[in-house]
Amino acid sequence: MSGSMIHAEGLTKRFGTLTAVDQVSLDLEEGEVFGFLGPNGAGKTTTVRMLTSLISKTNGTALVAGCEIGREADELKLRGRIGLLPENVGLYENSSAYQNLEYFGQLQGLDPVTLRRNVERLLRTMDLWEKRDAPVATFSKGMKQKVAIARALVHDPILIFLDEPTANLDPEAAKMVREVLLGLKKEKRTIFLNTHNLDEAQRVCDRVGILRTRLLTVGAPRELEARMSGNRTVVRLDRVSEQVVRAVEARVGSGRVEVSGDQLLIDVEDADRQNPAIAETIVAAGGRIRQLTQLSTSLEEVYLKLIHEEALPA
Amino acid sequence: MRFSQAWLIARHDIRLIRSRKGIFYALVAMPLGISLGFSALIAYIASSGGPTAASALPPYIDAFSFWFVIGAASLPTSIAAYGIVGEKVEKSLEPLLSTPTTDGEILLGKALAAFVPTMAAVWAGSVLYMGLADWAVWGTFGYLYFPNLDIAVLLLVLAPLACLYSVEVSIIVSARVTDVRSAQQYAGVIFLPLILLYVAGELGKPELNDTNLLIIGGVFALIVLALFSTATRTFHREEILTRWK
Repeated sequence: MSGSMIHAEGLTKRFGTLTAVDQVSLDLEEGEVFGFLGPNGAGKTTTVRMLTSLISKTNGTALVAGCEIGREADELKLRGRIGLLPENVGLYENSSAYQNLEYFGQLQGLDPVTLRRNVERLLRTMDLWEKRDAPVATFSKGMKQKVAIARALVHDPILIFLDEPTANLDPEAAKMVREVLLGLKKEKRTIFLNTHNLDEAQRVCDRVGILRTRLLTVGAPRELEARMSGNRTVVRLDRVSEQVVRAVEARVGSGRVEVSGDQLLIDVEDADRQNPAIAETIVAAGGRIRQLTQLSTSLEEVYLKLIHEEALPA
Repeated sequence: MRFSQAWLIARHDIRLIRSRKGIFYALVAMPLGISLGFSALIAYIASSGGPTAASALPPYIDAFSFWFVIGAASLPTSIAAYGIVGEKVEKSLEPLLSTPTTDGEILLGKALAAFVPTMAAVWAGSVLYMGLADWAVWGTFGYLYFPNLDIAVLLLVLAPLACLYSVEVSIIVSARVTDVRSAQQYAGVIFLPLILLYVAGELGKPELNDTNLLIIGGVFALIVLALFSTATRTFHREEILTRWK
């Protein structure tokens, strides 16, 4: 599999005249947590369903966990290698947590010894072992979500798809589930996480992709933020003198420095490398620095900007 | 298709059915009611019919036996409705579909979960009925009326076919409704053709003898085959996830 868990090219899904997912290409490496962001109706669930071979693709190709999607011979093999937490937990409410996991482990073809060991390990990890025999109907939403995550992991899949794991949960339950996600990340599990919770994506994901039918961008959250904020350094001084401006321009290039009140707005290419030199230059030119910051754009702003731009007519 | 995978699903569904008291009691009560009720009637006719009882009894006994076919068609509707619409309501079909199980195996599992308990209940009830009826008419006939070819055709050909027919219609109906009650109501009309057949049989058009029962069985088999292809098309992964409401 050479480390690649998902390699998709031009993945497209149409329902009649409606294009739900358009030309999505992405790669996901082993051990990576990839966040798939997008508003409701962006095509996130449809993409997951295509990648998990639950629905057919209209166009494109994808290799998922070493299996080619859309190839009938690979379908069962693929479903044995992946774990899926759908948007609706879909547990058997009258069955216990143990029975829910046991059933899915059996469907995955686990032998009885491995099955018992995995179910116990997961229920203990999720802090549900003491309640293993209680009907799921008596559980809180957060506990149900944990059972559903355990169900997706019962056969030790090499790739996990989680579709909106914290949607519709109260903050406490969402925190509970997020801790489970961070635990999975620590275990170096490969995770494809559908979410519209940007804070969650920022905290959990190595890379994110923003989808609105088409994949608008892909990158590490910090990389996207930096890309959007345009790498601008802001220096607040006691007083902005002509001498300081000239010295900074000489250092970073003319036309890259803008004066705004007692602030210098400086376009930089590599903030980490250039900022110390800029500070030295200002001090040497007699300036007194009160604050030096890197102008940043949050992932939320990146997301909203991209989604908004996408919504504008071409 | 792996039967073991289908049986796993069936076993799981049967366990869930056992926990639903309403369905479980219906499974026990209906065949038991038919057995006890009709054998009591047979005993009454035998004891009060006088010298004509021997000629009057056989049409009654055969007509009563037909109720096991009607039972085989009516009992699985609730089970199939819970098995499919219940999963729809609990949204548990998607996780099930994401396991290494084919659509056919899931469909077969669901069908077996409705078929096996129904036929077990019907056959158990019919054994009781035959025993009680034989006991009631022994004095009149001087021989055991059951088992005979008619009841064999009814129980081994018509009842399983009626059950399969009912399961398949329930699956097709389940795709189009959003709650178990609606599924049961729609599926409830399934056994109306059998009631009509029963009434027609009572009127002697057609007479429900073994030859006619086999012909009816043949027609049923064709209907079951036709419905199987529709049910298979309906129970398709993509169809379930994108079109089922």
